[in-house]
Amino acid sequence: MRNKFADVFYELGASDPKLCIVVADISPAGSIAKFRTEFPDRFINTGVAEQIMIGMCAGMAQRGLRPFAYTIATFTLYRPFEFVRDDLCYQNLPVTIVGIGGGVTYSTLGGTHHAQEDIAIATAIPNMSVIAPCDPAEAEAATRWCATQTRGPVYLRLGKAGEPVLTDGAPEPWEFGKLRHISRGSDVCVLTYGPVAKMAADVAERYRAQGKSVSLVCAHTLKPLDESGIVEVLKSHDQVVVVEETSPYASLGSRVKQLAWDAQATCRIDTFCLQDEFIHHYGDHAELLAAHGLELDAISAKLNLM
Amino acid sequence: MKHQDLSPGDAHEARRNAFDAAAARARCMRYRRRILDISQQVTALHVAPAFSCTEIVDLIYNELMRWPEAGQSPDVFLMSKGHGCMVQYVILEEMGILERSDLDDYCKPGGRLGAHPDFGVPGIAASTGSLGHGMGIATGMAYAERAQARDGLVYLVLSDGECQEGSTWEGAMMAANLKLENLIAFVDLNDFSGLERMSEGHPAFHPLLEKFQAFGWEGVKVNGHDADAIEAAVRARSGGKPFVVVSETVKGKGVSYMEHVPIWHYRAPSPEEYIQACEELVEISG
Repeated sequence: MRNKFADVFYELGASDPKLCIVVADISPAGSIAKFRTEFPDRFINTGVAEQIMIGMCAGMAQRGLRPFAYTIATFTLYRPFEFVRDDLCYQNLPVTIVGIGGGVTYSTLGGTHHAQEDIAIATAIPNMSVIAPCDPAEAEAATRWCATQTRGPVYLRLGKAGEPVLTDGAPEPWEFGKLRHISRGSDVCVLTYGPVAKMAADVAERYRAQGKSVSLVCAHTLKPLDESGIVEVLKSHDQVVVVEETSPYASLGSRVKQLAWDAQATCRIDTFCLQDEFIHHYGDHAELLAAHGLELDAISAKLNLM
Repeated sequence: MKHQDLSPGDAHEARRNAFDAAAARARCMRYRRRILDISQQVTALHVAPAFSCTEIVDLIYNELMRWPEAGQSPDVFLMSKGHGCMVQYVILEEMGILERSDLDDYCKPGGRLGAHPDFGVPGIAASTGSLGHGMGIATGMAYAERAQARDGLVYLVLSDGECQEGSTWEGAMMAANLKLENLIAFVDLNDFSGLERMSEGHPAFHPLLEKFQAFGWEGVKVNGHDADAIEAAVRARSGGKPFVVVSETVKGKGVSYMEHVPIWHYRAPSPEEYIQACEELVEISG
């Protein structure tokens, strides 16, 4: 996703002189390095200083530029939180905050680099939109949207690298604020977003292997959440399974359960997410997810799919 | 993109010669009186923090900013010390950018002016109130002006207290890295934060001008109630760097019982105190 973002940002920035990227001492990946070389005035590195990264983006947006702030997910929101809240959200400025590696993507770097509660934090702020694409193709669509939208601030949570394309055969395009069906069925719906969508797709496949008719749905826009779309999913399936890489608080799973209660939905709901816990564990991304209980066989066992 | 030539030129010199210090003194006395009047409508206001930066804010609006059209300037004023906004409001009222009814409805239901400035209100460049935000926003604004080949100058008023915020220095360092000569900051150095005298509670806070200089800024220290001296200092800047005017001021300047007394950071005078304050007001020349 990171490289796809870089490619698209370079393409868009080459034709839009207002597009800028403000980074805080993070190596510019792929095409962002090319962007820096070709458009040095529109690539700004604030150094290890995230508050000024966000503050500058606010001032630049107020004076006519369209800045993207870009660094590792934890450092986009946690260190400069009040600047995100006051400068970007309270003033409702169209600045995109690109958080690389939400969840526990930086699996060997320890808890200081895990953005496991970023969805809760970002969605809690008024005016903030929150997008977490499930594959590089969605990352491209979301980046294009962010580059021209006038709605306000966006937290764009991207995976780091290596995510497979899952949406090639999707029957509907990516649309901000709308659930996206990757496949349509009638018995079970698996709802997901972000890089963990691959695991959700594998869960869906295990249901299919049992003869179930399965929907796989990407809830790429966490805020504003497509509430009517989720109610429709709840009413049209016997079972809904949510697989996501974030803490339980203000998670998609908790929102789905709230909506189910309000809509008097009667389907079974199973939710899987990160634990509300700092887990002192190192390994690859899959191993970190497994330590939190997000692992295909573990989920399958709880869903009687083994 | 290129750096704009912002060094003082003939036009500036002409303006310099036209600077009317007496008129500035009269305006500032009027603004202080208007703020005292508003203090009798509603108690939620910061009188003393506005009185310490009255001459600075007046100078920025009425002498430094360019107004080719009424109410429209290519320059920006950003009140980073949001609690000083009463003086901004009364100046915007006099300029016709805010209505008298806006001030009448200050901090009241249905009004649009609060005790801190809110972006979106006419004449307000950014929402402030939480300290330590203005330097970053102003740095972004000044950069945007240069990046779009515009000659807008960004005038920023900081409290001394918010120079304790690390974010102020993140911004100051970045503004110097970017050589933002179109950023001109004024520190309202009244030596009082909300709780105590800075020089007593935080002696290492001083000296301040040297800290800015060490961060790559050009700067001067002046009497912040001497509009003539401030104006001359700004006009005489060399350019090539962001510029700071460390302005030594008196919190509550002009009202004897408010000067250097921390409670007037946020307290409104009683009717009797109001009468005394009005009687004491005089034109201040430094």
